[in-house]
Amino acid sequence: MSAASSPTRTARAAGPSPTKAGERGPRTVPVVWLLASLAVALLLSLTAAVSWGSSGVPFGEVWSTVLHRVTGGQPRPGTQDLIVWQLRVPRALLAALVGAGLGIVGTAVQALVRNPLADPYLLGISNGASLGAVAAIVLGTTTGGLFGVGVSGAAFLGALLSFGLVWAVARRGGGFSPLKLVLAGVAIGQFLSGFTSYLVLRVGDEQQTQGVLFWLMGSLGGAQWSTLVLPAGAVLLGLVALQARARGLNALLLGDETAAGLGVDVVALRRELFVVTSVLTGVLVSVSGAIGFVGLMVPHLCRLVIGGDHRRLLPVSALTGAVLLVVVDIVCRTALPSMELPVGVVTAFVGAPVLLFLLDRRLERG
Amino acid sequence: MRIEVDGLRVAYDGRTVVAGVNLLAAPGEITGLIGPNGSGKSSVLRTVYRHLRPAAGRVLLDGTDLAALAPARAARHVAALPQERGGDFELTVREVVAMGRTPYKRAFAGEDEKDRRIVADALERVGMTRYGGRRFSALSGGERQRVLLARTLAQDPDVLVLDEPTNHLDVRHQVELLALLRAQHRTTLVSLHDLNAAASVCDRLHVLHAGEVVASGTPLEVLTPHLLAEVFGVRAAVIEHPLTGDPLIAFDHTATAAETPS
Repeated sequence: MSAASSPTRTARAAGPSPTKAGERGPRTVPVVWLLASLAVALLLSLTAAVSWGSSGVPFGEVWSTVLHRVTGGQPRPGTQDLIVWQLRVPRALLAALVGAGLGIVGTAVQALVRNPLADPYLLGISNGASLGAVAAIVLGTTTGGLFGVGVSGAAFLGALLSFGLVWAVARRGGGFSPLKLVLAGVAIGQFLSGFTSYLVLRVGDEQQTQGVLFWLMGSLGGAQWSTLVLPAGAVLLGLVALQARARGLNALLLGDETAAGLGVDVVALRRELFVVTSVLTGVLVSVSGAIGFVGLMVPHLCRLVIGGDHRRLLPVSALTGAVLLVVVDIVCRTALPSMELPVGVVTAFVGAPVLLFLLDRRLERG
Repeated sequence: MRIEVDGLRVAYDGRTVVAGVNLLAAPGEITGLIGPNGSGKSSVLRTVYRHLRPAAGRVLLDGTDLAALAPARAARHVAALPQERGGDFELTVREVVAMGRTPYKRAFAGEDEKDRRIVADALERVGMTRYGGRRFSALSGGERQRVLLARTLAQDPDVLVLDEPTNHLDVRHQVELLALLRAQHRTTLVSLHDLNAAASVCDRLHVLHAGEVVASGTPLEVLTPHLLAEVFGVRAAVIEHPLTGDPLIAFDHTATAAETPS
């Protein structure tokens, strides 16, 4: 072997080039402060969500009512307990849970299929859930509530059906590759949506149409204390399961071969991620309908602030999604005096411009 | 540590792309894989860094079957720089390099002082210390390859496996990257398209053709006009490089070997 130029010299020869716009790394905020600020924002937005509405309740009374009930006090007489504790607190908490869940599922699915434009509904799970829910609403009156599982139960069964079909297609050929997952998810999702559309056409009366539409656009109106347990458990377990795989998610961003070289069992990881994100999506959609844009927008916004490392991105996405959806639901309930807006309508109004902004930023970078 | 590929067969969907390859990467040496497109270089390397499973045969690390090790355990010994471009996900250069610590970390474990030192050292070795806070996807091709090399160094491996690391780089960045590679003094298995680069940087070469090793030896032994005509289908003279003394292949760009009566 002959000597080429010495490595130390070549290494030094390449000095830093001038910094252009967009080259700087995104992470400028310490994650602890960001999480603390988001937690405060969440408490504030939850308080506001309970306080504001058709009949206002001062912040102080919100907390005194909540603390009274949390410490085991009997319901006080009057409508305030009903409004605060029975109606608005569960609804605000459901908004927070669904927002947090959509935030982390969106983050994970984007890494799973290595595509920043992916969202929780890309893999077809929500289409199955919608079919289940719509079937329950439309056929429910004739078949005894569709086997007595209710709209949410039927939605979850639909999600499972969809999950099973996508699984069967995407696993072939030692797979779960991003392309297979996306193709299987989109194809099966569209297939199931066909049935949903057919059922919607068959809807008899106007009230049913309302119910179907509201469900398809997403709604937090059905929140009760009893319906919070499942999403709360799912979001918590989902966050832990994903956080445990944060390094694997990071490795997937660089590519399957790189991940394999880093000692990640890529096929097993994809399979686990697909299960976790599907179950979580199924639960979320079955309690609130398919609320759009949150799972797409939140990971992007969070990456801008905190960077792409999933160890930080997942908890930040959870809290950001929670705050976002609580605030959106306040808007839905208070924007129009005569009616409540479907939550999906408002997330679309907020989400589309944000998405265009992000697209613009991406194009600028070339 | 040494890597031994023993009777390796690789197949995609039943189609054999590597048919019984034996080769050796000796400790501390740079071993090159050369061969025309589709000769099976990448497939051999992919089984070494465990992206592909062998259909038959083994990859041995100092005599231990790599397939018998847990993935993370194997990744502490063998680090890979594959040919792939990840997505744009707002990762910084330091975050990319820190991924090299993945096989050493349990779930939920954060980075400790040792990880930070290793990452800083890896960046230093490739001369990218001042780029730590930059966005990875905003780097040029040459900078990016150096960062990815730093990631493999942060993995603190015994063996480096690189699949055409100089692809798409201009000449100067090719020279820089290969010099960096040599400076690591690790067991290295690298595929290269540029035969002259392979001739000057590799201690030994294995020539792959249609999924089989057809020649092995030092660059001088392997790179003969006859082999270049047989395997690569080109007419070339092999002379001594006037500056370095390495074998230098002077291609005849006007005619393939088939067009030339011999």
